[in-house]
Amino acid sequence: MPAIAIRAFSATTALGRGLAAQAEALAHRRGGLRRNDFGADPLPTWIGRVDGLEDAALPPSLGQWECRNNRLAWLALQQDGLADALAVQIARHGADRIALVIGTSTSSIGASEEGYARAEPAADGTMAFPEDLRRPIVHTPHSLGDFLHNATGLRGPCITVATACSSSAKVFAQAARLIHAGVVDAALVGGVDTLCGSVLFGFNALGLVSSEPCRPFDADRDGLSLGEAGGFAVLERDEADDAGDAGLQLRGYGESSDAHHMSAPHPEGLGASLAMRDALARAGAQPDEVGYLNLHGTSTPANDAIEARAVSALFPASLHASSTKGWTGHTLGAAGIVESVFALLALRDGLLPGILNSSSPDPDCGPQIRFDNARRDIGLAMNNSFGFGGNNCSLVFGRAGA
Amino acid sequence: MSPLHAHIAGIGFWSDGLPDWTGATVYATTGALPEAAAARPAPQLLAPNERRRAPPSVLVALEVALAACREAGIEPAQLPSVFASTHGDIGITDYMCTTLAQAPRELSPTRFHNSVHNAAAGYWTIGAGCTRTATAISAHRGSFAQGLVEALAQLACDAEAVLLVGYDTASTGLLGTVTHSRGLLGGALVLTRAGHGPRLAARLEDGEALPGTGPLALHAGGNAMAPMLPLFDALATGAPAVALHAGPGRRLCVDLGHG
Repeated sequence: MPAIAIRAFSATTALGRGLAAQAEALAHRRGGLRRNDFGADPLPTWIGRVDGLEDAALPPSLGQWECRNNRLAWLALQQDGLADALAVQIARHGADRIALVIGTSTSSIGASEEGYARAEPAADGTMAFPEDLRRPIVHTPHSLGDFLHNATGLRGPCITVATACSSSAKVFAQAARLIHAGVVDAALVGGVDTLCGSVLFGFNALGLVSSEPCRPFDADRDGLSLGEAGGFAVLERDEADDAGDAGLQLRGYGESSDAHHMSAPHPEGLGASLAMRDALARAGAQPDEVGYLNLHGTSTPANDAIEARAVSALFPASLHASSTKGWTGHTLGAAGIVESVFALLALRDGLLPGILNSSSPDPDCGPQIRFDNARRDIGLAMNNSFGFGGNNCSLVFGRAGA
Repeated sequence: MSPLHAHIAGIGFWSDGLPDWTGATVYATTGALPEAAAARPAPQLLAPNERRRAPPSVLVALEVALAACREAGIEPAQLPSVFASTHGDIGITDYMCTTLAQAPRELSPTRFHNSVHNAAAGYWTIGAGCTRTATAISAHRGSFAQGLVEALAQLACDAEAVLLVGYDTASTGLLGTVTHSRGLLGGALVLTRAGHGPRLAARLEDGEALPGTGPLALHAGGNAMAPMLPLFDALATGAPAVALHAGPGRRLCVDLGHG
């Protein structure tokens, strides 16, 4: 496919706000997980929590969308020149020629949970949400997209993609299609998910949460750590020269379905393989051209074993592949953008993250799985994001002229 | 933008009282309701025990999706799919929030994995044995129009045929005090790049789409997916053009060639 230019990108996670905080924590192997201190009745687990959201109220003009998830979206949008990059795109193409495609798993369901927890009798005696939460827009999945639509002034197609943990990888694919089909010339893509009862108690009910910081691909891994994050990328049809940007590009996307189970991966990694092969085919690239692969790597026994097998069947032993969830936790619908940002940092800076917290290699995993950081220039970087429903997406990133 | 094109190779429809597209077209053209309409969709793609347990969002989405594929004569396993829903399954969200407020450690793992917005897409790909891409989106009242744009963009890029499904459930519980949606509604289209069926051309533009006034729009207008109904009314009655709400101040203009 024709490459799509990436004019700006950023992530805000438990590691801090913006690219510099991410790069510094990755380079120094400083993780962001802490003991779970979220909610009234915290489960014994570790979480990747973004500091300061409690004090980061939305501007009064955006008060209608007030909730933890939109706060994180707003905070993440203020980083790394995203607003300036968007202003350039609006001036160049017009706001109606820029799409907004944004991923989330649970959007602002935390506000709905709070409405139930704080329900009170209304005038007629029936139970109702407290008055401050009687705002329909924060109780529907498009809360995030609608908030960003109003926060940015973009007027092209505005879509919230919600395919669980592949959501904010798939936004790159959908935006690329909108650009290639001529619907728009540019897009703001990204994803935001925040900690909430639904995911903490939900993953706990599935028996997938570790009581320790997660250890992706460790022989003794026993589950995931949940996290929250937000991130964005500004994409543009790769025609105009944009002096000063790093020349980073989306080269390919691959999407597939496992057709197997709602919450367990296909035992042979069928969907994972299809997505990775599809992404490489669209990029016109061979597996040995990929220098870094950010794995889905949730640290559940099943995911990591199956993903490692799919990777070793496709890539040479020289590939550096890792899961960065030991740093951030599994940020669910934001994992796609966060880990795409890490892949883009690997391309930009030559910093290839290893795996945090893991020390015992799993003999069932291949030589591509690297625990230690490495530093070298690479040609292509990839990101895998897989979600419930057997929903898979792989992305290939590269540099212009390389 | 220049318009995006497709042929409509198959249509699926389900609403309370109108359990298939044939019934819906008869109602739209004559006003006659079918006599014994099923109260609940029973998609053949699910095994009987799954059909009993599946939430209404999954039932209605799979019912209309399968009907559209059958009319198109295309194997479900071959189709990439786009599932558009404003709210997802409101009953499950109500269950999740109620349980979290009362006894969070008793949350059902099955209900949790059914709470994802792409639950219907997941059950569809599992039931159909389909490994093609499936997506699940929401764009509030513009959900169906944006789903249609995504499906048409897939055709414009590299897909030969795409399945588009729009559905929403009835609001319930405390959530129903702020989110309003009545009944169960689903509509599906199998769109192809070339082939038989009505021709469709769509483009986004500024402006408001008027609320539907056709028979189907009036019949199921209380459901959150009602903004898709003007298209189904136009398909049932042979109207040449229709505008769909595509977000604040934006509409998707759809020209239809029925010849």
